[in-house]
Amino acid sequence: MLATKPSERLSMFTRALENNPQENVTTTTNIKMRVQNLNFYYGTFRAIADVTMDIPENRITAIIGSSGCGKSTLLRTLNRMGELVAHTRTQGTVLLDGENIYDRNMDVVLVRRRVGMVFQRPNPFPKPIFDNVAYGPRLLGVRGQELEQIVEQSLRDAALWDEVKDKLHESGLALSGGQQQRLCVARAIAIKPEVILMDEPCAALDPIATYKIEELMLTLRSAYTIVIVTHNMQQAARVSDFTAFMNMNPQRAGVLVEFGPTKQIFTNPTKPETEDYITGRFG
Amino acid sequence: MPRDTFEKQVHDLENTLLEMGTRVERTIEAGVDALKTRDRALAESLIARDAEINRTRYELEDRTYTLLATQQPLASDLREIIAILLIAIELERIADHAKNLAEIVMHMGDEPLLKPLIDIPRMADLCREMLTQSLDAFARRDAEAGRSVCARDDVLDQLYQQIFRELLTYVLADPRTVNRALSLLFAAHNLERIGDRITNIGERVIYAATGRLEELNVEHQPRFD
Repeated sequence: MLATKPSERLSMFTRALENNPQENVTTTTNIKMRVQNLNFYYGTFRAIADVTMDIPENRITAIIGSSGCGKSTLLRTLNRMGELVAHTRTQGTVLLDGENIYDRNMDVVLVRRRVGMVFQRPNPFPKPIFDNVAYGPRLLGVRGQELEQIVEQSLRDAALWDEVKDKLHESGLALSGGQQQRLCVARAIAIKPEVILMDEPCAALDPIATYKIEELMLTLRSAYTIVIVTHNMQQAARVSDFTAFMNMNPQRAGVLVEFGPTKQIFTNPTKPETEDYITGRFG
Repeated sequence: MPRDTFEKQVHDLENTLLEMGTRVERTIEAGVDALKTRDRALAESLIARDAEINRTRYELEDRTYTLLATQQPLASDLREIIAILLIAIELERIADHAKNLAEIVMHMGDEPLLKPLIDIPRMADLCREMLTQSLDAFARRDAEAGRSVCARDDVLDQLYQQIFRELLTYVLADPRTVNRALSLLFAAHNLERIGDRITNIGERVIYAATGRLEELNVEHQPRFD
């Protein structure tokens, strides 16, 4: 499947979406990011082996797989967060709108501005709610009324505004776990990224807060491209449009086993390994 | 609500089912009209419509599988989605029975009807009412209404027996009428089967509303004595 030409691949996505009645897709979808022959090393240990996959625009792509298979590592290569760890090395390319983010002329700050991230544990700054969301835009020089508008809109888009509008100057840490995570989403979208990476965003949340984040992802999808790592397979099934299943090869490096429309992965996977994983026969 | 998207998907699924039900109800009407008027063009269009209904059934089936595989529905959500799947299958079979009426029209060619149609249109009217009532009961998750639809199946069975006996008198009087009698008997038989399918829908309504699996009308099969 990954050996096909890009044009064929695009039409394959489009067809898959048209055949998916869960989707109301009227327009074709572009490829936002393209991972090509990616290898990632911690020292001499190869954690990701030769991963090639496309991430469609305005869709939710889930990466699933057992613990230690390299899901989070792969996610962090998408905005060059991986290189923040010492003695790491990345090989291969990651294209964002056709440009290699690992190109030596690429501004890494700009990459991370365009590709934002929400982490597993809600990590609001120990600051008022307003300042949490205003943090990024302020760094970019936004002030005054425009800043207030951005904060309000981001909180609205993160489905949090109604709950916090009367206490914008209270600490972000005073919110519940689920609210804190939505605050982190608001903070991420305040600088208008194009892609949002989510690393187990619901791992620390109860079921209701989880459903709220999932519903939020479904609303954000029309404006952002979302990639989520989750070891909760049911969550991947519920929210994503496309699913990537990763596993470890005998050298314990993460490989991409299968990528496809979520509906197909969960009703009729093509690889026996995927079938075994999603039916709970291993992993 | 935290699961608005999922709820909308289930709601859309139900709307597709109810809309399919309306189309199926019209095929019963068209089938009997074609028989009454011997309108072969109408019969042919009915056969074409059946193919569309079959497509809707597969589309609903596909959407149901996707929801089951991806959304982990539980409790009333689970019962509702399963009921939609099973009702869609019944509806598709009901449309097949209506299509059989059209096939009879095509098969009979220009041969005149053995007798004017009286009880067959009555059966068809009753089938259509029962179908509408069963789908209303589903939309309202009204187990009692689902049960009362099934009670009306007895009337349908009685009409069928009546038709059988009447046609038998024609055949006994003149054995050459056997072909024409069998055509009408086959039409009545298809309507009687539609009643049984509607009973199955009633059972699905009860399941969706209460979670209980009840078998209705087991002792009320038509008898010919």
